[in-house]
Amino acid sequence: MEHSAAGPSGDLITRILQALDKSESIISSEAFPTATFVEVKAALDRLKSRDMVKYDTIERQEALLEPEGEEIAANGSHEARVFEAVRKAMEGLSVQELEKTIGDKNVVKVGQGKAFKEKWISKAKDGKLTAITDSIHDVTRDQLSTIKNTRTYPDAKVLADLKKRKLIRMQKVISFKIYKGTKFALEIPDEATDLTAEMIASGSWKTATFKPYNFKALGATQPAGALHPLNKVRHELRQIFFEMGFEEMSTNRFVESGFWNFDALFVPQQHPARDLQDTFYIADPPLADKPKPESADDKNDYDAYWKNTQAVHQDGKYGSIGYRYPWSGDEALRLVLRTHTTAVSANMLHKLAGVKGPDGRPPAARYFSIDRVFRNESVDATHLAEFHQVEGVIADYNLSMGELLEFMNIFFGKMGIGNLKYKPAYNPYTEPSMEIFSYHEGLGKLVEIGNSGMFRPEVLETLGLPKDMRVFGFGLSLERPTMIKYGISNIRELLGHKVDLSFVQNSPAVQFGAKA
Amino acid sequence: MPTIDVDKYALFEELGEQFTADSFQDLCFDFGIELDEDTEDDPQRPKDEAPLLKIEIPANRYDMLCFEGIALHLNIFRGKQATPKYKLLDIPESKMQSITVTEDTARVRPYVAGAILRNVKFTQATYDSFIGLQDKLHQNLARQRTLVSIGTHDLDTIKGPFTYEAHPPKDISFIPLNQTKKMDGEELMKFYETDKHLGRYLHIIREKPVYPVILDADKVVCSLPPIINGDHSKITLNTTNIFIEITATDQTKLDIVCNIMVAMFSKYCAEPFTIEPVKIISEHNGTTRITPSLTSRIMDVEVDYVNSCCGLSESPEAICKLLNRMAYTAEPSKEDKNIIKVAVPPTRADVLHQCDVMEDVAIAWGFNVLPRSSPNKSMTVGSPLAINKLADIVRNESAMAGWLEVMPLILCSHDENFAWLNRKDDGKTAVRLANPKTAEYQVVRTTLLSGLLKTLRENKAMRLPLQIFETSDVVFKDDSLERKARNERHFAAAFYGKTSGFEIVHGLLDRVLAMLRVALITHEEGLGAGKIIDFKVAENPSKEEGYFIEEIHEPTFFEGRAAAIFLRLDGQTKRIGEFGVLHPTVLEKFDLKYPVSTLEINLEVFL
Repeated sequence: MEHSAAGPSGDLITRILQALDKSESIISSEAFPTATFVEVKAALDRLKSRDMVKYDTIERQEALLEPEGEEIAANGSHEARVFEAVRKAMEGLSVQELEKTIGDKNVVKVGQGKAFKEKWISKAKDGKLTAITDSIHDVTRDQLSTIKNTRTYPDAKVLADLKKRKLIRMQKVISFKIYKGTKFALEIPDEATDLTAEMIASGSWKTATFKPYNFKALGATQPAGALHPLNKVRHELRQIFFEMGFEEMSTNRFVESGFWNFDALFVPQQHPARDLQDTFYIADPPLADKPKPESADDKNDYDAYWKNTQAVHQDGKYGSIGYRYPWSGDEALRLVLRTHTTAVSANMLHKLAGVKGPDGRPPAARYFSIDRVFRNESVDATHLAEFHQVEGVIADYNLSMGELLEFMNIFFGKMGIGNLKYKPAYNPYTEPSMEIFSYHEGLGKLVEIGNSGMFRPEVLETLGLPKDMRVFGFGLSLERPTMIKYGISNIRELLGHKVDLSFVQNSPAVQFGAKA
Repeated sequence: MPTIDVDKYALFEELGEQFTADSFQDLCFDFGIELDEDTEDDPQRPKDEAPLLKIEIPANRYDMLCFEGIALHLNIFRGKQATPKYKLLDIPESKMQSITVTEDTARVRPYVAGAILRNVKFTQATYDSFIGLQDKLHQNLARQRTLVSIGTHDLDTIKGPFTYEAHPPKDISFIPLNQTKKMDGEELMKFYETDKHLGRYLHIIREKPVYPVILDADKVVCSLPPIINGDHSKITLNTTNIFIEITATDQTKLDIVCNIMVAMFSKYCAEPFTIEPVKIISEHNGTTRITPSLTSRIMDVEVDYVNSCCGLSESPEAICKLLNRMAYTAEPSKEDKNIIKVAVPPTRADVLHQCDVMEDVAIAWGFNVLPRSSPNKSMTVGSPLAINKLADIVRNESAMAGWLEVMPLILCSHDENFAWLNRKDDGKTAVRLANPKTAEYQVVRTTLLSGLLKTLRENKAMRLPLQIFETSDVVFKDDSLERKARNERHFAAAFYGKTSGFEIVHGLLDRVLAMLRVALITHEEGLGAGKIIDFKVAENPSKEEGYFIEEIHEPTFFEGRAAAIFLRLDGQTKRIGEFGVLHPTVLEKFDLKYPVSTLEINLEVFL
């Protein structure tokens, strides 16, 4: 928005002030008929903001001639032109001759009919047209001439009729009645646009006149950097986890073995999740090693873990009858892109099993992660081959469902999500398993917001955890709450290279729990 | 999750209750199945067809993959019906139908089971459901017939004893179901090659030297599992005596499928829930037995375990009552007060451990009304991961410096990661995917550059210049590790504008590293005039901690406008990344019209 006093309307401003100096008030359309509305308005607003003038807006309808109306005003109505042509020809005119004389078929067609109706002409026996009166009064032309000069007509019926005949159109015209303001003068005084260091040094600010600031305009655009909206939501979620005593897991392993991604989690080797349709397998490098210690101080017995995993799948163990199928070590060593971060949780729990707390047993623990997972899915508005999984794990002694439900209430409550309902579900590595729903006001129905459950003893006891240590797991995607938060319906607008950078730059901050 | 279509009116009739939309939804929710759709108000539904309920079934409830199973379990759950007592018709082994297995079947599909349903009365609806259940079992538990396949026959058209044999394809000849021409095994494979439905099962046996066949006493081919039955013995709406044969490569799943088939449809036998057994004679591998085995498995379930997990304090008797509603028969042990003897019906193949029974107690009680308790049993300490904390510093500094954070994908095409950046794949760097659906996902990226350039490409219409960054992981092959690959956290930025922005990217590097309190060492002039860096130049800079840059000549970059970044920490010097003006041929590949300068460094070294 323009803040400076100079501008193309400077001349108009002077003319307005001079005209006002001579009379109490002026009408803009009369005093400056050639100036456009925009020019007049801009000039008046500048003067008004300085209290140099006041003005009232006058709105009225003006009649303007359409091209056909212009033609009639200049040459006469169609019927009058037909009459004149016929009258001038002593012998009368055939229609063809008439057309030739006037040179416009349309004028002849319309004018002929009207001239008959007015009884100005008639058709002789030889088919020629002859005039049957000496003079006529061309009313339409007169009316249009008046309108052309005055832009109106005293009889509203006439205006309506001409408009209907598409000879004129009505147009709203705004003009201004202008009066002197309290600070009327013949010139706009010199104005400073800004307070400067020089003015402060010289003291000139004391006498200077400051140009009014346009408070309706936006301020200057900031060269702002921005964090990605997904990461803003991620940040909020991480804060919730920290507040609730969770330790962030190291999830820097996109490539996992089938063993950690599936077998360790008691996902049988024929499970559909392990299909090529659902999971990305790795062509190179070819195969993982068997699970092994990652550091010298890792004292866990990996060999026993491997054997126990086979046993619990194939023959049953720890009170489970198992899946009773021939478990293949080779299948477990196939490399995959992790389909969930639970692969990392399994690894963390295996480490936890080797930790001795103050009482000689593994201590209670809470782990979380928010990181990328991969599914070999066909891409659409709600599915990408990659997304972020938010995962939490709580390990403690003799945990019960009541604690899990209460925990989820607190956790989602911190996200501003209430009214949770839990539906029994199936998951190979948790039992009980449940889907978490929340009533969505906007959609008017329950929407699934996450999953949770208690890890199966087949998973935990194989990992080497004590029988009375139970572990809750829960998860949700990062994209879903973010899409809801920002009202996005296509996941590709959020994750990946197709994101609109102005969306990144202008997405508001995220504050969970605050009323939107 | 499999979705089952059931006739709405028939189901409500079977349940003996006219549910409202909400009340049926609630029932499904509480039980753990999901009402996906009700076609009652669907304008597409033909007027003469009853509305369908599309119900999603948990993937392990094979006993609910048909109308009969859904109705049965909802009725038991609502206390309207007791769990059926399935029983085998008591006939002497000598009079039993039998399937004799030859050793050759071990080469292709070693296991078989059989059962007979007598005096069945089908209606169109129950007949459709019977076919539908086979289909669902084939799709799900049987993994597209690879593990198990089912053949059903009109017993009155064939006669036992039956045999299960395996023969070279040429030696098998019969008219397949709904065909008119006799074909041998090879012809049959050719014939069904282009068949939309059956074509996808041919691979299971096609290359085997022998194909499995079920034959009757007159050597009539009943079926060629897992592909197709013979036309001769096909069942119809009027079939009353049904011979079911099931073949498999997995014995456990064979038994599950067999039990579910007979349990669901023995309901329609003249004597409901009664099944005529078939003797499987399999001398060569010692698995001679009588199928199906419909005995309930008795499981000892600990009362204190169930109560503790559910947060309840119920008596053994009360728990037994809850279990009845989940199709178990249960009674407290007479010897041990803490034990409940739970009979798991033969259809509940999902029950592996007492935790499964425990969950069913919780479902019968109602997940949403289980007593709540404070989750804060033990104190734990929250803490962030070091690399994420470090990355957050870099992310925040970059954003504060006016750069926009982007999150491109981690998977990309091989070209985007190598050729388009004028880089060569040495075969030792990038992890390659085996089964991507599109060429967009061929490798796991080893650089953040291609994602940044693709993001610029999609945002060319924005006002210039564009300044973007990403802090995320790339992956390298690493043979020393168990998983043969490792992630590495990188920081990268790209500038896109009418001028190259080289010094702006350089400035971002200086700024970020300054914020990481790493000092600048320049080779030639030492510290430039006016530069304020929080470290002292020492006489021997090689021992000082800090970073320096050195010009490089690499085809990714425009000659003379690229440098490597070296970091010296603890006396070790390491190249941590590079920055420069991209080579115009790179820009062309990514369809970028203006110059781009990029920066990429490894952040892990700062840990």
